[in-house]
Amino acid sequence: MSAASASTGRGGTLNSALFYVFLVVFVLVSVFPLVWIFKMSIVTKAELFESPPTILPNTPTAASYGTIFADPSFQKALINSTIIAGVTTVICLFFGSIAAYAIARLRFRFKSIVMTLILAISFFPAVAIIAPLFIQFRRIGIIDTYLAAIVPDVVFALPLTIWILVAFFKELPFDLEEAAKIDGATTIQAFRMVIVPLAAPGVFTTAILTFIFAWNEFLFANTFLFDDNTQPVTVVIPNFATVYTVDYGAQAAAAVVVTVPLVIMVLIFQRRIVSGLTAGAVKG
Amino acid sequence: MAQVTMEDVSKVYGEDVVAVRDMNLDIEDGEFAVFVGPSGCGKSTALRMIAGLEDISRGKVFIGDNLVNDLPPRDRDVAMVFQNYALYPHMNVRENMGFALKLRKMDKAEIGRRVDEAARILSIEHFLDRKPKALSGGQRQRVALGRAIVREPKAFLMDEPLSNLDAKLRVQMRTEIAKLHNRIGTTTIYVTHDQTEAMTMADRIVVLKDGIVQQVASPQQMYEHPTNVFVAGFIGSPAMNFIRARLERENGGLAVTFGSTRMLLGRELMAKAGEREDLGKYAGKEVVLGIRPEHIEDARLAEGDALISNQGDGEAANTIEVEPQVIESMGSEKYLYFGISKEHAARLESIEELTSEGGTDDGDAEGSAGGSGSADDSGDLLVARISVESEARLGQKMRLALDATKIRLFDIETEKAIL
Ligand SMILES: Nc1ncnc2c1ncn2[C@@H]1O[C@H](COP(=O)(O)OP(=O)(O)OP(=O)(O)O)[C@@H](O)[C@H]1O
Ligand SMILES: [Mg+2]
Repeated sequence: MSAASASTGRGGTLNSALFYVFLVVFVLVSVFPLVWIFKMSIVTKAELFESPPTILPNTPTAASYGTIFADPSFQKALINSTIIAGVTTVICLFFGSIAAYAIARLRFRFKSIVMTLILAISFFPAVAIIAPLFIQFRRIGIIDTYLAAIVPDVVFALPLTIWILVAFFKELPFDLEEAAKIDGATTIQAFRMVIVPLAAPGVFTTAILTFIFAWNEFLFANTFLFDDNTQPVTVVIPNFATVYTVDYGAQAAAAVVVTVPLVIMVLIFQRRIVSGLTAGAVKG
Repeated sequence: MAQVTMEDVSKVYGEDVVAVRDMNLDIEDGEFAVFVGPSGCGKSTALRMIAGLEDISRGKVFIGDNLVNDLPPRDRDVAMVFQNYALYPHMNVRENMGFALKLRKMDKAEIGRRVDEAARILSIEHFLDRKPKALSGGQRQRVALGRAIVREPKAFLMDEPLSNLDAKLRVQMRTEIAKLHNRIGTTTIYVTHDQTEAMTMADRIVVLKDGIVQQVASPQQMYEHPTNVFVAGFIGSPAMNFIRARLERENGGLAVTFGSTRMLLGRELMAKAGEREDLGKYAGKEVVLGIRPEHIEDARLAEGDALISNQGDGEAANTIEVEPQVIESMGSEKYLYFGISKEHAARLESIEELTSEGGTDDGDAEGSAGGSGSADDSGDLLVARISVESEARLGQKMRLALDATKIRLFDIETEKAIL
């Protein structure tokens, strides 16, 4: 899209050449860490510490992957991450849809103030509330439970969820709901047969974004969860270390395992995600 | 099919926004009623109350014999056509049209039969498997109509269904809707702000202004006997001319005068007026004279015509000297715009709104060969529809004859018709 617009007009060739140079540099810079970590995950321990480092792996090996998947705590961590991110997503979507539907649908005063307040919550520096939260969580006894990660995750993800959903819902023609009612639908039927199918792609996209947000969360999980039984992968990865050695290869492999599903998911749904992030920004 | 009745219906938004005030209306079974009025006058609100999409603040609405105030839309058995079509984007045309029937759990074969029948009537058989976004505006509007007719409801409600279409298609669909109504005869309430649509389609027109019904009458009746200045100015294109005049006694009869113009009120007119109000009490007072453009003619062409001769001795007095400021050739006739002295210019509030909106007719007056600045001035100018044979020239003084048998008179204070 941008390529096309950059190459039109006078001096088009120069512009588009510059554009591609920039694009290549940008892609290299963003992708490099990922590629490097992948490389780290498939080389032998010896090669890992070679100096200068090798660019391409000499003898690719899956040993690191073997290590992490053999480790039950890593498997447990993957499950924990899935539970925490999944539950966070479900809660955010449930409350977020209701709130966003109301905000997009109803006329009420101070709507923009409400929206700003919601956004303000996500601006709140998490570090600032971590100590009081810790004290409170300990008092009510949810330290070391999934709840300790889910509650703050929901608080910080919900504004994002609401904002994206409002953008989606605003695009829904609500006349359709009236048309459905006239056609003989009950409110529930109108919602189920007309609104839900139309809103589904938006809700789905939002779910992915919320899930990624919660999946990547580290600070709260690291502070409130001390037990292998509840810690998510973000917390567990650095633990591939003993007192004397750090298993960088295993850490790299774990990072790849944790990231790749997200990358694949985003690649599959990228169109929808982009349109979700920019919905309402441009009419039509 | 059913009649629709409104009894003292009002709609108040919030505390004090009265969108519809004490509306009384009887729409007969099979009638095509048109709600017309300027933007914001409450047409949509009235329609939506009948549909059940808007609560009724006061009064009663009946569909057939049922009081429907507290019924949800789905129990009212009315179909609605929306301005923006409101087709379900995720369903194809067939599913769109059959949706209401499916909700009623009608069997598939019957749904298919009705959809095919409606599609044939509306010539949309070829699009049945397409999604709405793959249709043109006109086709979408047909689908919306189809969705309404497959239901065979008690009444059709249409809220400006044609206003998103271009001028030509609008005229075409207008005829199609009229034909459709003739064919299936379902009671229809049609909302528009376009008086041409109202005039051409309606069995009866309901003119609304500021939430208040101004007049309910057949197009012809409304055209000939508007109840007040507002209706007179709103219905008809180009709009009726208004002149500040006096009513005076003359030879035992009454005459309308302004400047050197003098028109005796004919016996026929007086007889009709007698049924309405005592005209005599306006003698010696100022009134608003209303005359439609088609009742003004180039005096030279009108001479010897019935136009003037029935006035007996007052021939020349029936005319007005004017200086044409704009002449528009319409082919079959000419529109001649002229000014009138300030003291006779009728400044009427209710009309001002209309002229500032730029007239009420968008289709037919196009392609005018008019001269400079017709649009800017015509608000203050009067207009005559004269014969193409007229030799009227811009800026050249000439006389126009007014048809005294066709004039209307209005009270200058209340703006109500007195003749
Ligand atoms: N939800 C609402 N809240 C407050 N006022 C409203 C609401 N809906 C309509 N109104 C007001 O009620 C009046 C009538 O509105 P309505 O939509 O019926 O007008 P209309 O005749 O259909 O106009 P148009 O030709 O522009 O569609 C308007 O003054 C409008 O501002
Ligand atoms: Mg309206």
